[in-house]
Amino acid sequence: MTIELNELTKSFGGRLVVDHLSLKIEKGEFFALLGSNGAGKTTTIKMMSGLQTPTSGDIKIDGQSILSNLQVAKQMMNISPQETAITPNLTVMENLEFTAKIYGCNTKEAVSRAHDMMAKFRLTDRAKAKAKTLSGGLQRRLSIAMAMITNPQIVFLDEPTLGLDVRTRRDLWNILLELKGQITMILTTHYLDEVEALADRVGIMHQGKLCALGTVLELKENFNKNSLEDVFIYVTEETEVLV
Amino acid sequence: MSSLHFASRNQKEIIRDPLSLVFGFGFPIVLLFLFSIMQQNMPYDLFQINKLTPGIIIFSFSFLTLFSGMLLGKDRGSSFLMRLFASPLSARDYIVGYFLPMIPIALLQIVICIIAASFFGFSIDINSLLAIIVLLIISFLFISFGLLFGTLFTDKQVGGIFALFVNLTAFLSGIWFSLDLVGGTFKTICYLLPFAHAVDATKAAFSGNVSGLWGSLSVVVGYTVIIMRIAIVIFRRRMQS
Repeated sequence: MTIELNELTKSFGGRLVVDHLSLKIEKGEFFALLGSNGAGKTTTIKMMSGLQTPTSGDIKIDGQSILSNLQVAKQMMNISPQETAITPNLTVMENLEFTAKIYGCNTKEAVSRAHDMMAKFRLTDRAKAKAKTLSGGLQRRLSIAMAMITNPQIVFLDEPTLGLDVRTRRDLWNILLELKGQITMILTTHYLDEVEALADRVGIMHQGKLCALGTVLELKENFNKNSLEDVFIYVTEETEVLV
Repeated sequence: MSSLHFASRNQKEIIRDPLSLVFGFGFPIVLLFLFSIMQQNMPYDLFQINKLTPGIIIFSFSFLTLFSGMLLGKDRGSSFLMRLFASPLSARDYIVGYFLPMIPIALLQIVICIIAASFFGFSIDINSLLAIIVLLIISFLFISFGLLFGTLFTDKQVGGIFALFVNLTAFLSGIWFSLDLVGGTFKTICYLLPFAHAVDATKAAFSGNVSGLWGSLSVVVGYTVIIMRIAIVIFRRRMQS
């Protein structure tokens, strides 16, 4: 599904957090949204996933505004929040089943999807373990599996590998790469190597504005830099909107 | 249907926490036991079992406030509620989902307390059925308080507020002593709040005094509606922000 932001703006009190953001993300695209802390990434994700109402502007999915029919849009989307979002006293299987059911699956379908997700996210051997007993890496995998079990057409991954060790991060990358192309994925992260490994296109936000947009290669060429990190440092030092 | 799935999750979260079970079900029985022993050595009927049991059950309901408040506060404090807010669940689903699992817990508390009290001489008769229904209605008040606290505060803050709440429930309700013993302004304040009315309604129900329970019960129901309404309004506002 194509997701389109038109002049999306969010202010809290007098403070402008997202400033007239316009952007189009294509169906099946893996899009990475970068920016320093406080750049407006998470607020943008929250507005796109229906968690916050924009001050002005619009968000369209396949040409239809989500603001006028949020409940329908929510059925098509899911989110993996920045912190692990699981229910601790339920087992891995129960967490997955529960998520599928609140999106309308019957028990048989929820069980079937839960088994699929456990296989895909390599959680099958911990199916009966309470979520609170899992390691941080496994909890994060479960949290992302809970976002995927509803077969979303758009999924928001807000810093999915934050705080994970190198091995666990790589495992998660491989899982996300397997899903690439099937779902429109919007990722926010501070790990630039993650962006290079996963993303089709990158947007860099600074002070609420989209300051750079393109593939990693295009950004390096456009800004005449050797690495994405150099581009990021350069762009986030400038306040002028470049796109 | 989604609200029932959510309610099921909430019930599992509560009953799988062993401390909840110990405090919610065990503590009132311990109190029944201790006060019954104290009564045996007293020259007057301060903790007579038929007067004590309704109060102890009302006291045990304050743990419903703790359970519902802690659960909602914990969900709000974690990203889990963000996940839920991004789902198609409606505001109604949340309220039903947090409220519904408390009812069987309340019913269990009532039945366990009555059975435990019967071992200390509490008489179970047909009026006990009426009392169970009245107590279930009263339990809604305590669940509503929990939802209000959970909507306003974090789980850690709810723990602190519970300490204050449980003492208010105990001392302003006439659970441990007759309010007539103190009288005056204290008694007036107690009857401005719903807790003393809850105890009076329960005592009336256990004694089969149907005509005497409506006045007290209507005060409790009135408070329940107001507290629940405030909790829903604040929760909806938090959802939208």
